[in-house]
This record gives sequence, C-alpha cells and structure tokens, in this order.
Amino acid sequence: MPDSETAVHNLKHHFADLEQQRATSTFGMWLFLVTEIMFFGGMFAAYLIYRLSYYNAWVAGSQTMEIKLGAINTAVLICSSLTMVMAVHSAKLGNRKLTSLCLILTLVLGFSFLGIKAVEYHGHWMHHEVPGANFHFEHEGNYDPRQVSIFFSLYFAMTGMHAFHMIIGAGLLTWLLIANTRGRFSPEYNSPVEMVGLYWHFVDLIWIYLFPLLYLISHHHNG
Amino acid sequence: METASLPIEPKTNYLNADYGIKSWLLTTDHKRIALLYLGSITMFFFLGGFFAMLIRLELLTPAGDLVLADTYNKLFTMHGIVMIFLFLIPSVPAVLGNFLVPMMVGAKDLAFPKLNLASWYIFITGACFILYAILTGGVDTGWTFYTPYSTTYSNTNVITAALGVFITGFSSIFTGLNIIVTVHRMRAPGLTWRRLPLFIWANYAASVIMVLGTPVLAITIVLVALERLFHLGIFDARLGGDPLLFQHLFWFYSHPAVYIMILPGMGVVSEIIACFSRKRVFGYDFIAMSSIAIAVLGFLVWAHHMYVAGISTYAAMIFSLLSFFVAIPSAVKVFNWTATLYKGSITFETPMLYVFAFIGLFTIGGLTGVFLASVGIDLHVTDTYFVVAHFHYVMVGGMVTAFMGGLHFWWPKITGKMYPEAFAKLSAVLVFVGFNLTFFPQFLLGYMGMPRRYHAYPAEFQVLNVLSTAGASILAVGFVMPMIYFVWSLQYGKDAGPNPYRAAGLEWMTASPPPTFNFDETPTVTWEAYNYDEIDAPKKGVEVAG
Amino acid sequence: MWSNLPLFPARASSMAGHVDALYFALVAITAFFTILVSLLILFFAIRYRKERNPQATQIHGSTALELLWTGIPLGIVMIIFVWSSVIFFMQTRPPKGAMEVYAVGKQWMWKFQHTEGQREINQLHVPAGRDVRMIMTSQDVIHDFYVPAFRIKADVLPGRYTSTWFHATVPGRYHLFCAEYCGTQHSGMIGEVIVMDPADYDRWAAGAVDGSLASSGEKSFQQYGCSMCHRADAAGRGPNLVGLFGRPVLLDDGRTVTADESYVRESILNPGTKIASGFKNIMPTFEGQLSEEEVIGLVAYVKALGDGSANLPLPVSEPNSGTYPVAPKAEASAAKSDKTATPPPTKATPATKATPAAPAEKQ
Repeated sequence: MPDSETAVHNLKHHFADLEQQRATSTFGMWLFLVTEIMFFGGMFAAYLIYRLSYYNAWVAGSQTMEIKLGAINTAVLICSSLTMVMAVHSAKLGNRKLTSLCLILTLVLGFSFLGIKAVEYHGHWMHHEVPGANFHFEHEGNYDPRQVSIFFSLYFAMTGMHAFHMIIGAGLLTWLLIANTRGRFSPEYNSPVEMVGLYWHFVDLIWIYLFPLLYLISHHHNG
Repeated sequence: METASLPIEPKTNYLNADYGIKSWLLTTDHKRIALLYLGSITMFFFLGGFFAMLIRLELLTPAGDLVLADTYNKLFTMHGIVMIFLFLIPSVPAVLGNFLVPMMVGAKDLAFPKLNLASWYIFITGACFILYAILTGGVDTGWTFYTPYSTTYSNTNVITAALGVFITGFSSIFTGLNIIVTVHRMRAPGLTWRRLPLFIWANYAASVIMVLGTPVLAITIVLVALERLFHLGIFDARLGGDPLLFQHLFWFYSHPAVYIMILPGMGVVSEIIACFSRKRVFGYDFIAMSSIAIAVLGFLVWAHHMYVAGISTYAAMIFSLLSFFVAIPSAVKVFNWTATLYKGSITFETPMLYVFAFIGLFTIGGLTGVFLASVGIDLHVTDTYFVVAHFHYVMVGGMVTAFMGGLHFWWPKITGKMYPEAFAKLSAVLVFVGFNLTFFPQFLLGYMGMPRRYHAYPAEFQVLNVLSTAGASILAVGFVMPMIYFVWSLQYGKDAGPNPYRAAGLEWMTASPPPTFNFDETPTVTWEAYNYDEIDAPKKGVEVAG
Repeated sequence: MWSNLPLFPARASSMAGHVDALYFALVAITAFFTILVSLLILFFAIRYRKERNPQATQIHGSTALELLWTGIPLGIVMIIFVWSSVIFFMQTRPPKGAMEVYAVGKQWMWKFQHTEGQREINQLHVPAGRDVRMIMTSQDVIHDFYVPAFRIKADVLPGRYTSTWFHATVPGRYHLFCAEYCGTQHSGMIGEVIVMDPADYDRWAAGAVDGSLASSGEKSFQQYGCSMCHRADAAGRGPNLVGLFGRPVLLDDGRTVTADESYVRESILNPGTKIASGFKNIMPTFEGQLSEEEVIGLVAYVKALGDGSANLPLPVSEPNSGTYPVAPKAEASAAKSDKTATPPPTKATPATKATPAAPAEKQ
C-alpha cells in the first residue's frame, strides 16, 4: 500500500497530522501508566506498611517462596521485554515478518510466565498457603500466623493483579499480531505497537519490583 | 456583530447530523457523549434525591417510625453512593467538560473519542451494578465502607456495590485522561496556556486528581471485595489486619475526590462571572495557580477525616496544618471573583444568580471546613451533623449550584434554545432558600451533638430536624422545575443564535448547536481569555465574538 | 417547643469551655467573611449594574491585593491552628493520676468496668471534679465513644485499646452516643453518663459486689494458670510482672517498648510478636479463650502489680514440673481441647498456633 494512502487511512479526523496523533497517543499511554502505578501503589503501600509492623511474619512467608521459579520468571519477562522492543523496532523498519515473529516470541514468553506462575500457585495451594479456610502455616520464627496470612493475601492480590495485567497484555499482543498480518503497520504508522510495548514494559517493571519484595526478604538458606 | 436579525438556517449540527438510536449509542462525538452523560446523571440525581427525601421524612420525628433501622441505613448509604459516584463526580467534567473542553481549546474532538464513548459505557456498567445492589436488597455500610463492618459484619450487597464503584472509577480515570491529553496536545494555534479559559484550568486540575487518586480507591475496593469473599484479614483486626489501613487508603482518594467535585464548578463560576460582568476575571494567574495548588495540597490532607480514629497526636497535627493550607487557595478564588465584579457592568441572568449563590454558600461551606480542620473542635463535631452540613454546603451549595449555573449558561450552545428566564430565576431562588433552610439547622444540630447516620434521635433535636425537612421540600421543587422547563425549551424555547450572551470563548464563535466537528475551520487564537473589552468595543466591524 | 430550642450542649467538662471559645471565635470569623463577601457582592452588583455602569473597566489584577488576601487568611488560620492544637494537646494528654474506667463497645451496647469493681451497661457513673481516663476496645466493629456535653470523642477499635479522658464539672445526666456507624442499631447504641458529687460517687463505687477489677483480674490470673510461669521472682519461665507496668521492656530483637495496656493485651492474645529479652517464645496464646472483660481484668491486675497495690501471684508448688497451665473453669475447658497436660516445647519448636479447636464466644 502506498505510504500516503496508509497515512491518510490512519490519520484520525480530529488530528492535524500523524505527528500530532502519535505524540498524543504516546502522552496518553504514559499518563495511563501513571494511573497504573497509583493502582498497584495502593497494594505496595499496604505491603510496606505491614512489613514494617509484621516483619517476622513477612520473613516467614517469603521463605516459602520458590526463588528458582521466581528468578526464572524474572528472566522470562525481561527477555519478553527484549523481544517486544525488537517488535517495535521491526515495525518501525516496516519489516512485517520480523514484527510478527517478535510478537509471537513475546507472547510465548508471556505465556511461559503465566504457566510458571500457575505452577507456583498450585504449589501454594498444596502447601496450605492460600488464605482462607484452607490456610495452615508452620515455619520456624517468632511470628503470628494470622499476619503470615495477610502476607499471602497481599502476595496473591499483587501477583494476581499482575498476572491479570499480563493476560490483558497477551490479548493486546494478539490483536497487534492480527493487525500486523493484515498489513496495518508501516514505518509511517506503527504507534499501536509502540504503545503496547510501553504497556508491556510497565507490566515487566512491576514484576521486577514484586520479585525482590515478595521472594527475597531476608533469605538465609538456599531456598 | 449581531446575527440575531438573520434567520437561523437549518444547518447541519451535531444534533441533526444523524438520526437513530445507533447514531447516539455508537457516537464518538464528544458533544453527543456529553448528552448521554447528562441524561444518565440526571436520572441518578433524582434517584439519590428520592433517597434523601425518605431520609428527611424519617427524621421528622425522633422515633424511627417511618422505615426500619436497616432500611434507613441502606437509604443513607445509597444516597451517598449514588450522589457521589453516579452524579457529582461525573457531573461537570463528563457533561460540561466533555462538551466544552474540545471547543474551548479549538479542537474537533477530545484526544481519544472512542475512549470517551467507552468511558460512558463503563459508567453505565458500574451504575448497573450499583442499581442491581440497590434493587436486590441494598447496601448498609455507609458510602465510606469502613472495615470490619463492610468486610465481615454487614449482610448486604457489599461486593456488588463495591464492584459498581470500582467500575465507575475507571470511567472517571479515562475521562480525566482524555481531558489532560486534549489540553496538552490539541490546543489551537496561538492558544497558549495563559490564554486558556479558567474552566480549562479547573477541569485540568480536577482531571489530574481523577487520574492519580481514583486508582487508589479502585485497588482499595478490590481488596475489600477480596477480603469479604475469601475472609482474608487485611483490614480485620481479628484476623491480624488493621482497620485503620483501610481508612487511610480510602481517604487518600476520597479526600481529593471532593476537589474533583468542586474544581470544575469553580471553573464554571469563572466563566459566568466574567461574562455577566463584561470583564476579564480579576487575578487570572492566581485563580489558575490556585486550581493547581488545590489539586496538589488536596492529596496531603486525607487523615483529617481520621483525627479521632486512632492516629497519633502528631499525625493529627500535621494533617491539621496541611488542611488549613488547603483552605487558602479557595479563599483566594472567592476574593478574586468578588473583585471581578468591581467596575464591571453587571446583569442578572439566571447563570449569574447561581454564581452569586455559589460564592456565598461556598464561603460558608469552605469556612466550616476550617472548623473541621481545627482538631480541637473536630473532636466534638466530627461524625455529627456538623460534618453533614459542611459537605452539603460545599457539594450542593457549591457544586450543584455551579452545575446548574453552567447548565443554564451553556444550554443555548448545547441545544440552540433559550430556557424561560422567569421560571429559571424563580427556581434559582427556590434552590437558594430551600438549601439554606435544609442545611443551616444541621450545623446547629451537629454542635448540639446529634451524630450522623442516626435513624432515631433524642427529642430535643426535633425542631431543627423539622426545619431541615421543610427546607428540603422547597429545595426539591427548585430542582424539579428546571427538569420541566429545560425539556419545554427544546420544543418551545426561543432560538438562541450562536452567542446570546455575547460571551468570550471559542465555543461561542461557532453555531448553536455546533456542527459535528465544532468549527468550520480551526481558529488561530491571538487574543487573551475574556477579551470583553474587544467584544464590547463600541466600534463596529470587530470580528471577534459573533 | 420554641423555648426549648437548644443551640449548644451543656458544658459539663473542663474542656467544654475551651472548645466553645474556639468555636465561637470561628463562628465570628465565618460570619465576618461571609458578611463581608456578601456585602461586597451586593454593593458591587448594585453600584456596577449595567444601567449604572454601561462600560466595564478591564482590570488584570493586583499582586498587592493577592498578597493581602492570601496573607491575611493564612495568618488567621495559623492562629487558629495554634489555638486548636493547644486544645487538642489538652484533649489527648490525660493528667497523671487520672482514675481509669474501661469500656467495651459491642453491637449495640456499651459495657463499662470500674476499677473498684462496678460493672455497668449503657450507663456510666463518674465523679465530678476528678480526671477520668477511658480505656476502650471493641468486640466487633468500630464504634465511637461520644459525650457531647464533655466535648470529647474517640473511636473504639477492635483488637486494640484507644483512650480518651475528661474532667466532669457539673453533676447531671448527659447523653452518650456511639458516633461511628456500626450497623442496624447504631442509633440505639446510646446511653447516659451520670456525673455525681464525689462523695456520692465514692459511696456508689463502694457498692461493688464482686470486688475490684484488679482482684477479678487476679482471679483470672490464677485460674488460667498465668502464675505458673509469671512468678513473683526471677525463676519463672516468663518475666516477673511485679513492678513491670509502665516501665520500658527490652525485647529480644533489640527494640524497647513501654509496658502499657496495649502491650499487656498483646502479650496475652498474641505473645509471639514481642518476646522479652532473655526469655523464650513459649507462651501460649489465649486468643479466643478470654472475653474482652477478662482481658481488661488481667490488664488491671498487671497494672496493680506494677504499682504494688495488688496481691502477688501465688507461688506454684512444682515450679519445674513441666506441665502447662490448665483452665479449671468448666466452660473454658469445654472450649479447649481435652489434653490437660502438654509437654513443654523444645527450643526449636515453632510458635504455638493461634486458635484452639472451638473457642467459646464470650459475652
């Protein structure tokens, strides 16, 4: 498709030119990510406040996390951010096949993360670490089991919300894949890829905070 | 330049550009979306008002004899939830803001029109959850959802209502996001920040609060719902949690939320007072900066709702100090508006009457906030009718009054019709009288010691309660009348023309009702806001307002 | 009806006058500015109405005026801040030597326990002319203890103690309200504070049939076996509680805390969270086995041990028998498991679980 046609096709009526449109959508996405920071921020605040008061319980809870799986997941997500950046770059270069490949790789890595997370959740369930009727915690240390239950409540709320955001991200990636296959993107018009990229990096960044806060509190042993 | 002598051509405007329900439900035109919001929030206003009526009827007598205690508790809860989340928060931003922001900045639409439509659908979805909660038994936690009552003890539809609030929160976030991006990125050529109408500054500041604060409410509500579903214990002392944490997280949003509600109203006041004094607003820079100051300071004062909740003495003092600070920018605005009248050329159309009412009532409401910021007094009056009176003065006497004023001011632009001036003035007076009679006695009741959320009360409080209910009946009439005459005006109102008030602002430089894309061509702005000197200049041929 | 139109509540405490003074000052300030603004608007609206002033004068602003009407309100509110803070400090710092009354709020009633032993429901007798400190907790949701005539209010929270104080001045009967919404009968959770002449109050308090609060706490102390580990010497498995109350306590993690009511309560219900330095984490929790009233009794007893006004814990005949405390009371032992003797844990055993099998719900 000739470039000018693509440009006209993609320029929304209320923008003067593609440059204004791109700058606007970029601004909008960054602002949306700020709201996401505030959204997760509430849970981070609750986590930090309780950690100050219930430190022993936080240590006890954290000791039961599987560091290996968490670390693998962290590496998986960082790699997925890499493939996402490559997808954005390929889109900017107009390389449709490479863009699709990178998007697929990102999706695969994303699903790997979710799969490993599912394995972890299953482990927590089997070890009676899910708060509620089934909760039963034994570990060494001076702590109140009720406080450990709160640790796990926040753990599941935070990682669960993160996983939910990843699922949304997977949906967005799928949409990009379909659009890309249909030739929607070009060197002139590729901002959707870039916007989803921003979102994906943000979700990755949230995990990079979650991992040490939840998994790495005061680990003494091999974990 | 008078165009009133010319016949209004049946040009295509946004109202008649397309017909059919699909053209409304799938529209991306910010003006149509504004009307979708207007219809919805009006319905919710009357629903919330209906609950208020039942509350006031119950409070006519000391005994709890009209409704059961549980019913009463549900009534005040749902009055609060509906009025705050389904009426006040969207009102000016989603109706007047949606309609006017693009026009005032000279744009064809908001930055993200589809997101704007999605906002409305999200709003309606959240409202459906809340309505469902109401219809299937109600909620009785108070709109503040304090734990552990809401998480563990209440037997009502807490989760449904909480989900409804959660969903409408996203509507608010997306509207705010849209407004911020529009103001940053889509101003017409020549329209610098300091040439913007103060309505834009006010809505911009409110949008910043919407965007930063609402997500915290969202996550707090999610945690409450999870806690209730799975018996978690994050906020429940029996399970190791802390009920005060809920209060901190809740008020971290809900205090800035009151500024979301009042700032857009203040923007409306600035526009109207300039127009009907025929001069620029006194102290433009200070009013603009005070909007930003309110937005920033508003995030720092939340625990003044918690002085008696069990926070430390020192925390209470710090929040008290900051709460005094946040009062100052509002005072600055009031003085600047008053000064705007000095050496003006004043007329008394209905919007101006609402503005006068606003300034007086907001001054009282804001100053009674100073009573509450004073910790020593707050210990006596918090959780009493003093607080109820204070927030109704600022919310109804302030915000709703401003909304009514704005609705009247821009009604000609929105519909192309004029409302009947005599009836409009009468209802403004009824609102003012009814409002004061309803809520002023409540200050006295509060200082007397009558707690809020009381279904039955000791007999010595009855006289003031009866006065309050009497006032409410007058207030109700004052609010119903506009419903009737606005609808009447759509068919029988006088044609307005592009600028019946000869007001300044880009929105008045296009037809009434405007065409779908607002301007036939994007204006280039070379003049300051409120250029009434140019508009009213005695020489002919001045090509500014139409 | 009209002659009885009240405008503010009775002034029955030492704080009432202070609060009212600040209130009236604020009323005056509010009235002043409201009238000022209203008159200015009225005056401008008339003087500068279009008929009299057809041409408006454009005025950008005046930095001097802005500074004036920013500075003056700022100055005024700072004065109010200082004044109100002084009052607030008075309201939140009970004088030393205040007599103490314990309160437990629950849906939907108030239960009071005097240290002399009197228990009341929804009524609170207090003497005029003495400082009274309320130490309060809730059994369920958040409530609020509000006496308008005293101008005091404090939330009552589950799981911890909050407190407030007053110095009643005028004998009489005054409203007590719950001022934090707490459910169905929130507006029914009201009562009376009955302020008596000091002599009348002393007579009334002496009529307690069950003995003082501290002595009922002492009974609980024996009955729940606390004295097995908390002896009146240094040989016990738990710290010696004589002389402990009100003093700083060094914990095993290096922190120092004050042994106040909350500390004692937490040590009973949640002992694993604060271990005194030099002691092991072996105290079982009594969460679910004690009512709030019993906990209050124990707190009062430990307090009395602190100032030497209570009987010391009885010595146990076999200090090193290794048996754990038993609960001889029938209801309590039905609630606990059937084991009467559990072997003491070794060093490495984790902290004991929180709740026993089926805790009886105490009133």
